[in-house]
Amino acid sequence: MSEKKYKIQDIRNIAPVDLLSQVRDIKDDGYRFVQLCGTKKEEGYEILYSFDKEHVLLNLRLIISDEDEVESITKEYWPAFIYENEVHDLFDITFKHNALDYGGNFFKTAEPYPWK
Amino acid sequence: MGKRTIIPFGPQHPVLPEPVHLDLVIEDETVLEAIPSIGFIHRGLEKLVEKKEYTEMVYVIERICGICSFGHGWGYCAAVEGAMNIEVPDRAEYLRTIWHELGRIHSHLLWLGLLADGFGFESLFMHCWRVRETILDLFEETTGGRVIFSVCKPGGIRKDIDADTLSRMVKTLKDLKKDIKELTDVFLNDTSVKNRLCGVGVLSKADAEELCAVGPVARGSGVVQDIRLAGEGKYDDIGFEPIIETGGDSYSRCKVRIREVFQSIDLIERAAEMIPEGEISVPVKGNITGEFITRMEQPRGEAVYYAKGFDGDKASRHLERMRVRTPTNMNIPAMVKTLQGCDLADVPMLVLTIDPCISCTER
Repeated sequence: MSEKKYKIQDIRNIAPVDLLSQVRDIKDDGYRFVQLCGTKKEEGYEILYSFDKEHVLLNLRLIISDEDEVESITKEYWPAFIYENEVHDLFDITFKHNALDYGGNFFKTAEPYPWK
Repeated sequence: MGKRTIIPFGPQHPVLPEPVHLDLVIEDETVLEAIPSIGFIHRGLEKLVEKKEYTEMVYVIERICGICSFGHGWGYCAAVEGAMNIEVPDRAEYLRTIWHELGRIHSHLLWLGLLADGFGFESLFMHCWRVRETILDLFEETTGGRVIFSVCKPGGIRKDIDADTLSRMVKTLKDLKKDIKELTDVFLNDTSVKNRLCGVGVLSKADAEELCAVGPVARGSGVVQDIRLAGEGKYDDIGFEPIIETGGDSYSRCKVRIREVFQSIDLIERAAEMIPEGEISVPVKGNITGEFITRMEQPRGEAVYYAKGFDGDKASRHLERMRVRTPTNMNIPAMVKTLQGCDLADVPMLVLTIDPCISCTER
């Protein structure tokens, strides 16, 4: 019996400098943007990008330091602005050239953020 | 040219059950742009993985949403099971599928009621929620809860449903079809309702794909996208085909949800016929390592669950990261697009037709 599609875990580690070119290729291949999420590591952060084609996920993983800024992918996938603003507000990661940058005002919370 | 004005819409508004804020840039009565902002009910639930063990975290994840709580619990457990390479017994997968579809019926009926309330048809709203009560009764009978169910756990489920109760559930749902048909005929055929929905908020197939829309919003625009085609559960075995409408307007999105209510009843019926005897869970012990990303087709669309344990010596009973990406996150860009150029009076309808769940979105 063939493996079920949802069990395929394709997670590729890439360098921050390759992000935009990889995302451009993924878009050209007809993938749909699914999500991005940040994870706090002891040193820096991990960012996971997910894309879907015919119900199979392709994931890109970036490891960045506390000071690094990340290129926005909103030029390729405009809906990513939601996630980039969310990750900026909650983790204090800066995305350069975000097509819709809320300047830290996307989340409105009673407690000060970001939480690290 | 009229004067441009910005109207704040929400976070408190009669049509919004949950708080989201839109800055509507209008000229005369036409919306030129809508700028969303959220964060009014952010609860930091994902961060609670630092305090709760992976076996306890399911109770937190279920509380992300009071409507699709079963699906969230299942999605979380599936991600943990994937990371730990756990095979769940078939019977548990069938029962999860049945409860998940029951949740879809309840969610869509709730949404239909809210839509009726939105266009001022109060009696229709009450009838939708009256019928929905029967679904909640079925949940209560089989899980003990009407909102939070706590039947999913890593490795399977906590409660079985005996054959008599299953057949009674199927009979109740079959009997309910007549009531639901009467209700939904009003949504589909009543002239005053159609005036509020037909041709309003059109999202083309190309736009739905470009904006990465999910769930009934995408399927109402002709996009064949439903994670039940390739995801968790027993949908392969019981036979499943997604429901697609091509109009792209509010009426199409409404029609997709109505057809899905009837489809879910049929799916439950088939699952109840095919469910095998056997165990309902396997023991899950030890620390969690590894990572797994999985998806569920929630009533509002695709939801993503990502569980990541600590590696090596740091492995423990806590996850390093639990990520839930809910369908409304993905449909906000589509909502912003459909609002551009609409009449101010149609804004509440358009916001409602993506079935926004802000509790889910903010976690």
